[in-house]
Amino acid sequence: MSAHTSGTTVKPAAQAAASRTAWLLHPLVRPIGALVALLLVDAFLVPGFFHLEVKEGHLYGAIIDILNRAAPLMLAALGMTLVIATRGIDISVGAVVALSGTVSAMLIGGSTPSTPMAVALAAALGVALLCGLWNGVLVAGIKLQPIVATLILMVAGRGLAQLLTDGQIVTVYYQPFFFLGSGYLAGLPFSLFVVAAVFAATLLLVKKTALGLFIQAVGINPVAARLAGLRTATLITFVYVFCSACAGVAGMLITSNIKSADANNAGLLLELDAILAVTLGGTSLAGGKFSLVGSMIGALIIQTLTSTIYSLGVPPEVNMVVKSIVVFVVCISQSSEFKNILRRSA
Amino acid sequence: MIDSKQPVLEVTGIHKAFPGVKALSEAGLRLFPGEVHTLMGQNGAGKSTLIKVLTGVYQPDAGSIVLNGQAIQPRSTQDAQNLGISTVYQEVNLCPNLSVAENIFIGRYPRRFGMVDWRSMRTQAAALLERLEIHVDVSKPLADYPLAIQQMVAIARALNTDSRVLILDEPTSSLDEAEVQMLFSVLRRLREEGMAILFVTHFLDQTYAISDRITVMRNGEREGEYACADLSRLALVNKMIGAPADAEHATDAAAQGEAPEHGDVFLRARGIARKGVLSPVDLEIRRGELLGLAGLLGSGRTETARLLFGADKVDSGSFDIDGREVSFSNPRDAIAQGIGFCSEDRKHEGAILALSVRENLILALQARQGIFRAIPFKRQQQLATDYVKWLGIKTASIETPIGTLSGGNQQKVLLARWLATDPRLMILDEPTRGIDVRAKQEIMDYVSNLCRKGMSILFISSELPEVLRVSDRMVVMRDRKACGEYRRGDLDETSVLHVIAGETA
Amino acid sequence: MSAVASNGRGVTSAPWFTSIVTVVLLVAMLGIGGAVYPGFLSLQVIFNLLIDNAFLLVIAVGMGFVILSGGIDLSVGSVLALSTMISAWLLQNAHWPPLAVIALVLLLGACFGGVMGAIIHLFKLQPFIVTLAGMFLARGLCYLISVESITIDNPMFTAMSQTQVPILGAFLSPGAIIALVVLLVAIWVAHFTAFGRAVYAVGGNEQSAAMMGLNVGRTKVLVYALSGFCASLAGVLFSFYMLSGYGLHGQGTELDAIAAVVIGGTLLTGGYGYIAGALSGVLVLGAIQTLIAFDGTLSSWWTRIVIGALLFIFCVVQRVMGGRSKQ
Repeated sequence: MSAHTSGTTVKPAAQAAASRTAWLLHPLVRPIGALVALLLVDAFLVPGFFHLEVKEGHLYGAIIDILNRAAPLMLAALGMTLVIATRGIDISVGAVVALSGTVSAMLIGGSTPSTPMAVALAAALGVALLCGLWNGVLVAGIKLQPIVATLILMVAGRGLAQLLTDGQIVTVYYQPFFFLGSGYLAGLPFSLFVVAAVFAATLLLVKKTALGLFIQAVGINPVAARLAGLRTATLITFVYVFCSACAGVAGMLITSNIKSADANNAGLLLELDAILAVTLGGTSLAGGKFSLVGSMIGALIIQTLTSTIYSLGVPPEVNMVVKSIVVFVVCISQSSEFKNILRRSA
Repeated sequence: MIDSKQPVLEVTGIHKAFPGVKALSEAGLRLFPGEVHTLMGQNGAGKSTLIKVLTGVYQPDAGSIVLNGQAIQPRSTQDAQNLGISTVYQEVNLCPNLSVAENIFIGRYPRRFGMVDWRSMRTQAAALLERLEIHVDVSKPLADYPLAIQQMVAIARALNTDSRVLILDEPTSSLDEAEVQMLFSVLRRLREEGMAILFVTHFLDQTYAISDRITVMRNGEREGEYACADLSRLALVNKMIGAPADAEHATDAAAQGEAPEHGDVFLRARGIARKGVLSPVDLEIRRGELLGLAGLLGSGRTETARLLFGADKVDSGSFDIDGREVSFSNPRDAIAQGIGFCSEDRKHEGAILALSVRENLILALQARQGIFRAIPFKRQQQLATDYVKWLGIKTASIETPIGTLSGGNQQKVLLARWLATDPRLMILDEPTRGIDVRAKQEIMDYVSNLCRKGMSILFISSELPEVLRVSDRMVVMRDRKACGEYRRGDLDETSVLHVIAGETA
Repeated sequence: MSAVASNGRGVTSAPWFTSIVTVVLLVAMLGIGGAVYPGFLSLQVIFNLLIDNAFLLVIAVGMGFVILSGGIDLSVGSVLALSTMISAWLLQNAHWPPLAVIALVLLLGACFGGVMGAIIHLFKLQPFIVTLAGMFLARGLCYLISVESITIDNPMFTAMSQTQVPILGAFLSPGAIIALVVLLVAIWVAHFTAFGRAVYAVGGNEQSAAMMGLNVGRTKVLVYALSGFCASLAGVLFSFYMLSGYGLHGQGTELDAIAAVVIGGTLLTGGYGYIAGALSGVLVLGAIQTLIAFDGTLSSWWTRIVIGALLFIFCVVQRVMGGRSKQ
């Protein structure tokens, strides 16, 4: 979100006031504020929400629970952020989750794995990368609209996963595999470390190389970006590969957590949650500037919302209604038409 | 064929201002029935703004539009159409997926029992096109036909609404010679029927082929109205771009001194052309040379530049750099060879508005280095700060978004973007447009200096004094062809107008 | 600075070409089925395709209009479920007369769609995200009414469910007949009314349509209202078929509808295609499913894969034949 000032002269007193409240304009303020507001609701209405206890060396509590459950979504949102930043969208994320989870589960098999776990995980990731490449080629090469291109995998992906499992739910019994999704490291769920690692790697990639700048340039003005010498096609292909890779890792986490490959339900509607998380985090669907931190916070907001609703004893179906209202509000308030209306009435 | 009756459209005293710029000032024109009236003017003259006022896109701040003796105030394009002013745009603005007949009748279908009457639609459409001597299958989709026919359909649509005034906004830009002739015969036929036609173009030859009268606009004002037969090409060109009233050219021909010896040929283009856009052009640029490209708007200068930069692909011809043949399929290839391109459309093709000055500035350099060799932040800051100083860029800081800078300063940042890549050939397309006089001077001095240090420059500008002053050699273009090459001192401001106008002395 | 799409023959003949391919594909599938499986090639089998997919046909008709106008509607499956749930609840718990229930549900569907269309137009939002939120909303409202399924035992509904209308020696359900009637009316609307032509115009070039004086806003609102109406009508047909209201009904139907429309020859970018293509698309989808069921050895998940593959082929063909890509 850019601050477009119109070059009007500002009086000194107003200037001083403006600098004091300037931090309010920071793009992360709204998402953080929303999360804080939700947590406050929890603090007042849900007894023992912030209660943490240590059992068998593991940290337990509602907060930990939220973080753990949000892990796959945080990963998906991370990947989705870069795609949306290039003005694209990827609705096949859920299908990729199902596919990669299924591949890992099938390869690991029963209580003694048929393939070494490392190979199984690598294969699952490889499948996810292939999916991303497929999407990328369709969007950047054949120049299909992103929603059309990723729709194809969304439709066919789950079918492929179902095919692999023959329609059955494949249960995994191999203990070390469970560590991914349900294990603990240093008292905290291992999944958090996975998320942290991917987040750190992405942040590094985006900030320490020119990738972040290039993605923003392509999203804001693809024509100018091309004329400046950027490889727009390669960049676009990359973000789809990256998004699917993140979905792949999320798939492994989910499969590990539920100890089975459920090709039908794993990651169902995950793409929608991921898009919502990215939008909540401040990245505009129109592309351009993006915020990885914002998307992570967005994912936490969604998960906190779900947990709050559950803790309050409200039927979980309300969740869907609330989510849809949030999407409407966020999209409308982000739209330039809305800002025009505000400006005109001011 | 000028009718000495009352004008069917009389526009007077139009003023229109936008924040920070006065687009129209005392603009106007008179249109008589049964004539083809051409509106001419360079970029920024106010042509398109006046057309938008006539068609209801803009509302004027002051002035009057009188149609058939009645004052009108069109508030939308539909409004203008209902009042009797029909417009055919360069992009035709029809629905390509619908049939020819349907496009003519959208919004006003002939009905039978409340249903759309297709047969009647087809018959009427065919009849309308017959009037224009166009014979096509009206039930085929519009997209099946070339742009020239699509324009005819747009004209037929205008006729269907019984318009009295037909405005054609740069209709010939994408047409070939035969199609232009077809359009002109249609216009002549309509003229005979008494239609008042306002024709907007920048092609000199076409103006003289079809016009009865010409209105010239300059700097947002009506410079004058002339009968075509009374205005020579030279006079017309002079009126459009001749010596400005507030001439401020410090002719430092003395400072330039003798034309220095230039190095070998850096880039040689042979017969490069692109269908519908540029006729074959030969070009040669030496090391350390400043080659100017002069000509009217639309003469093909930018198109040539884009071909040299790989922004568009050549359909025929070849070029070589340092004697080796090269071909560019995208800008990256050209950049790799050391070419930089500062586009004339800085808003859409240059500035990445939401990004900061620094980010915009280092973009091309970073693009060349690739993703993994990121320019260290300190170096980025240093580069940005340096160029801000050298080019006199006015910005609150190097981190402010470039969109908040004035046009001129944005241009300087974009210039810096390419300078930072240390190019061997720098293509500058209208680099000083919209910049105040002092900044212009600063930029041109900086650029000339670079030339002296060995950089080749291809300089495109509509301001003749500027081009004449700085160019070591100059190529003049007209109507998408190169029509002459001149060394420094061969031409002065008068003779260059002759060349552009296509008249000898 | 872009010239109008004078891509020549390519883009305009794409729907014609792919429609022919679809019909050929359908005939081929029926032929192969008839050759390989005894009893496959009977009129009843084909009629069964219509009976089982009547609701999908109605949704595909509504979706066809939306896609022709250049948009997309992801909420249709959820609106279908919502209307089954509302119907079931009103019939079983509030004991409303069936005709009143049907009328209300149709009206609600149209309003739901219309509101989404208004939001899309007023705030210039992407249809994909607005209808996605609508999908969430409708599904959520469904569960709010009841988490479990509600069985319908209203006599009129059960009669509709069990009636068999004899035609040409085989039989059709009232639902299938309604669906066919809807299709015919839709084809008429698309071809002979100003609204139908406006849908095509807006899908072809929205800006030009506006400049030519068409009321683009009204067209958009109406087209989404039509889609919502079709979705709730499909819900009514579905509740005839399933005799229950349930939140899980129609899961994934929107994707099937989009696939049917695309396979039927309509370009996803808008402006090109035929409403009649909904029928051939639905029949192809149904035929794939029937073939796989007849085979018995293939897992039913092959359906998803084949549909995805067909979708891919058709989209690429459409694109390669010159479909414009909208920004």
